[in-house]
Amino acid sequence: MATNTAAGGINALKLWPWLIVPFIAIVLPFVFDSGHTINLLSHMGVAIIFALSYNMLLGNTGLLSFGHAVYFGLGAFVAMHLLRAINDAGGTGLPIELLPLAGAAAGLGFGVIFGSFSVRRAGVVFAMITLGLGELVHSSSLMFTDFFGGEAGLFGYRDEAPSLLGVDYAPSRNVYFLVVAWTLIAAILIYLLRKTPLGWMANAVRDNPERAQFVGYNPTIVRYIQFVLSACFAGLAGGLFVITNEIVNDEVVGQLQSGAVLLGTFIGGIGYFIGPVVGASLVTFLESSLSAHTEAWVLYFGLLFISIVMFAPMGLVGIVHTQYLNWKAGGWKGNTGIRLYILVSGLVGIFGLICVIELSYHYFRSWDPGAPFILMGISTNATHLLPWLVSFAITIIGFGLMLLHGNPLLKRHISANSDGGKA
Amino acid sequence: MLETIAYSIFNGVLYGTLLFMMSSGLTLIFGMMGVLNFAHASFYMLGAYFAYTLGLTTGFWLALILAPIAVGAMGALVERYGLRRVHQYGHVPELLFTFGLAYVIEELVALFWGTVPVPYKAPAVMNTTAFTMFDLDYSWFKVFILLVAVVMFVGLWLLLMKTRAGQVIQAALSRPDMVGALGHNVPLVFTLVFAFGCALAGLGGVVGGIQFVTDPGMAFMMGPIVFVVVVLGGLGSVPGALVASLIIGILQTFFLSINFSLAETIGTLNIEDSGFFGVLWHMEATRIAPVLPFLLLVLTLIFRPRGIFGKREA
Amino acid sequence: MLHNKKTGRFAGIMIGLSMAFSSATYAQEDPIRISYIDPLSGPFALAGDGGLKSFHFAAQKLNEDGGILGRDIEIVPMDSKQSASEAVQLVQRSADEGINFVTQGNGSNVAAAIIEAIERNNRRNKDNKMLYLNYAAVDPALTNELCSFYHFRFDAASDIKLEALTNYMKDQEDISKIFLVNMDYSHGHFISERMAELVDERLPHAEIVGDVLHPVGKVRDFSPYVSRIQQSGADTVVSGNWGIDLALLVRAIDSAGLDVNVYTYYGGAGGVPAGIGPRGEGILRQVTEWHADVNVDEGLEDYEKWFQEFKKQYPQFDWYYHRIYNQMYMLKAAIEEVGNTDDVDAIALALEGMKFESPTGTVTMRAKDHQILQPMYISVMDTNAKYDAENSGVGFRTVASIPVEQATVETSCNMARP
Repeated sequence: MATNTAAGGINALKLWPWLIVPFIAIVLPFVFDSGHTINLLSHMGVAIIFALSYNMLLGNTGLLSFGHAVYFGLGAFVAMHLLRAINDAGGTGLPIELLPLAGAAAGLGFGVIFGSFSVRRAGVVFAMITLGLGELVHSSSLMFTDFFGGEAGLFGYRDEAPSLLGVDYAPSRNVYFLVVAWTLIAAILIYLLRKTPLGWMANAVRDNPERAQFVGYNPTIVRYIQFVLSACFAGLAGGLFVITNEIVNDEVVGQLQSGAVLLGTFIGGIGYFIGPVVGASLVTFLESSLSAHTEAWVLYFGLLFISIVMFAPMGLVGIVHTQYLNWKAGGWKGNTGIRLYILVSGLVGIFGLICVIELSYHYFRSWDPGAPFILMGISTNATHLLPWLVSFAITIIGFGLMLLHGNPLLKRHISANSDGGKA
Repeated sequence: MLETIAYSIFNGVLYGTLLFMMSSGLTLIFGMMGVLNFAHASFYMLGAYFAYTLGLTTGFWLALILAPIAVGAMGALVERYGLRRVHQYGHVPELLFTFGLAYVIEELVALFWGTVPVPYKAPAVMNTTAFTMFDLDYSWFKVFILLVAVVMFVGLWLLLMKTRAGQVIQAALSRPDMVGALGHNVPLVFTLVFAFGCALAGLGGVVGGIQFVTDPGMAFMMGPIVFVVVVLGGLGSVPGALVASLIIGILQTFFLSINFSLAETIGTLNIEDSGFFGVLWHMEATRIAPVLPFLLLVLTLIFRPRGIFGKREA
Repeated sequence: MLHNKKTGRFAGIMIGLSMAFSSATYAQEDPIRISYIDPLSGPFALAGDGGLKSFHFAAQKLNEDGGILGRDIEIVPMDSKQSASEAVQLVQRSADEGINFVTQGNGSNVAAAIIEAIERNNRRNKDNKMLYLNYAAVDPALTNELCSFYHFRFDAASDIKLEALTNYMKDQEDISKIFLVNMDYSHGHFISERMAELVDERLPHAEIVGDVLHPVGKVRDFSPYVSRIQQSGADTVVSGNWGIDLALLVRAIDSAGLDVNVYTYYGGAGGVPAGIGPRGEGILRQVTEWHADVNVDEGLEDYEKWFQEFKKQYPQFDWYYHRIYNQMYMLKAAIEEVGNTDDVDAIALALEGMKFESPTGTVTMRAKDHQILQPMYISVMDTNAKYDAENSGVGFRTVASIPVEQATVETSCNMARP
């Protein structure tokens, strides 16, 4: 967790990510101009805000929530009601660009209410309260159909609302630019919040609540403020979601939504500001693309998550960052080849594992396991022994080389070098 | 009304004992290791599937013993090669590890056994009627569930109170560091307790899979309720888990069995069935029953975070 | 890499099929593609999987006979994860890929979202209009207040099913006390309200003695509900439950030894027969447009062969969706009448009012609301049925067949036509 501050320091020194990333974001829709891809990009934007807000709890304050979708969802519902009111009024009222603010206000309001009794304790108690609250809100979303629209949900039209800038929001590309703008605003605000005394106190409360108390800060109040602000940004994401999707139903307050933001944030890396950005983008992308290509996508997802938790608890950004620091410190000198060797053998192992999983799905799930299917470009019969042997062999050789040969080799190399005075 | 009460108590106890079978293992694991095992219900599911598959060759009775052992072995592997590695990073990664594990187990079960429920049934002798109460038949199988639960509770109690291993576990529940200092192999104790807790869940699955349906969704549905039991009962308290299981079982059954809403009992008072309070006023008890456990969970955590019998907070 | 693998696998299956049936059809042009948007992963995957296999099979049969306009039909599976917002995304993706036809069936909430998305697409994207062929979402609203020119329903709507059911029940003098058990969402709410009206109107010898709603997919132990059924003295239960919620309900009724008949919509599929097994015999009844033993009763030899071939190909499943048969052949007729697949408005107009000779009799796509009208059957679970369902050892035996006139309900639809 300590790398948090280190990473923050590095980012603060360098303004270029804040220029490059929005530039790429603006260029992207001209590279991929299919409506589906642009929608996917918009969803990534929404997911990024949501994940950043989640990381204000998990990464910054050490609060693990299983019910963050409550604030996202309630924000979305309030924004949707407002949008419908605007539609009903013949397209007059609040400009569509400001609709996410309604979501943010709702998130703030519910954060104030629910936070008041959730944050008294951190840890498992907090996690369980959020789990219970999540279930309660989700269940009531099907009971109070006036507000939640039942399981069919609510529809609204983004192009039947006034625009501040006179833009027609029917084409998804225009919506995407709005999403980029809001994502940037939210990201800057969340980033700046980390740099305030409140942000530092949140870190202190996360790492050692007793000591924070002695210094004179009430941990409950610090947690409460962080919680409320986080709920506010989650509501903002919910409001933006209304504009991109034009439909809101009980899913947005559901457990799957809460689980997805947790997965995304953690996979990206909770100790880094850009961790949730990377994680949320990746998870959104995988969720929509992987499921179109393989039946086993949930399994891959689960395995990826478990591997991250087990082997790289600082997330994907953590891996890159650690290696980068290592490289900068000269840790790669003389052993770059070995590192590459480990990487390649690991990838070979993953490749073999994917083959095994795809073979299994074909063998167990298909109506005719004997029918030939194409595995990695080769026509294969899952009822024959050979493809299984080859796949298992690739897996074992790949991981075997990585764990039993590459890793010890690297360790020996490093210790041999450190004898020569290098850390 | 008498019928309803008698009936709720009996069926609630029945449902409660099934909850107890699952939650007793979880409360041991939670209390001792501080790990809220999200995948606990997945081991319950594995118990049902193992018993079904084993039962095809060995018959039900042998499967009743073998399946929990197999699940326990799986649990041991998970603890030894998964949780122990994650342990060094703290409790949150542990929780997340089991969270991911639950997804993976569900997918693997769906892969090997298919998404269709498997025809896992009790032996024919147990489907005969044992007794009839208020015109409703109760099969020998339901009596058997009660029996298994009683044997389990007594067995657990004896194990924890009367054996040396139980004493170590008891001690480790409240003062893990102290137990380590006394020279016990705490990691080994952890592995054994985790395996044992999983085996208990597996036993619950062997029975629950028959009482309900054995399909890949069974873990996902049972999971949150088991948490509620453990929190309500108090962390690490086996008697607490029993009492909480029975409370939730009976309360939920009672709410489902009565025909009650504020509007019907007190009168509509011209309150319309819309708006937040209007809907609540007209809400039928049966519709509230399923969210009752979560309401209890939140209220417990707000007002008494250590639960009914717990000695310390989470 | 992954992409190639999946399409490759699909191609592999297709090669396998063409070898297995040694049919020598070659597509002269691109295939006619239909997006299949239903859950293919997660807790509802079973339902989506069964539908997908039925569509694959029907497409394969049509292709063996030369496809549509000489072009093959290709079903493009898309995983909706049973989420309305995901389904909206997939409609967008289908539009991007130039697909003109979308089919979906699981969940009226998803169906409503798809109607909304397709209306929006057809308004904003006039060069690439789409049709939505609904094979199983039964909410009456979809052909009433929400009706759309681009939506066609090939399943009987919920109100039609109740109409058929009560037309049967009104002649059953032994039905006197009816208990309603339904899922707590609009589908269940509708049955509970509509059934109360129908009993008042049509069943003077019967009354409703209980009406409970329970949450979807969250109840593990149905015995409390069974106790309420027992205390009410009901002899008949009507339930719109599906999947696990129905299996658990019937099992609880059976194990309590309660002597009631349970009338359902979805007793024959979605894991219900497998979950209940022979314990549902004589208890579980269903109202459907077709079931396997109809072929035997009515001597439909060709259709029985269809059923058997499906079973041979997918041993874990049964041919259950007769409506998919109707849907595919009616779509074929409409496209061949128009002569191309791009003029979606013309295809919709061709489907409107179409009469089709289905194995079970003439079915009509009502022009006013795009709701199919077809004969219905009431059947009961029976171990002596010729074909069992989901390899459970029990199948369904016809109790009554309901002619089209008794399975028709007026509509309030007032749709905007292009």
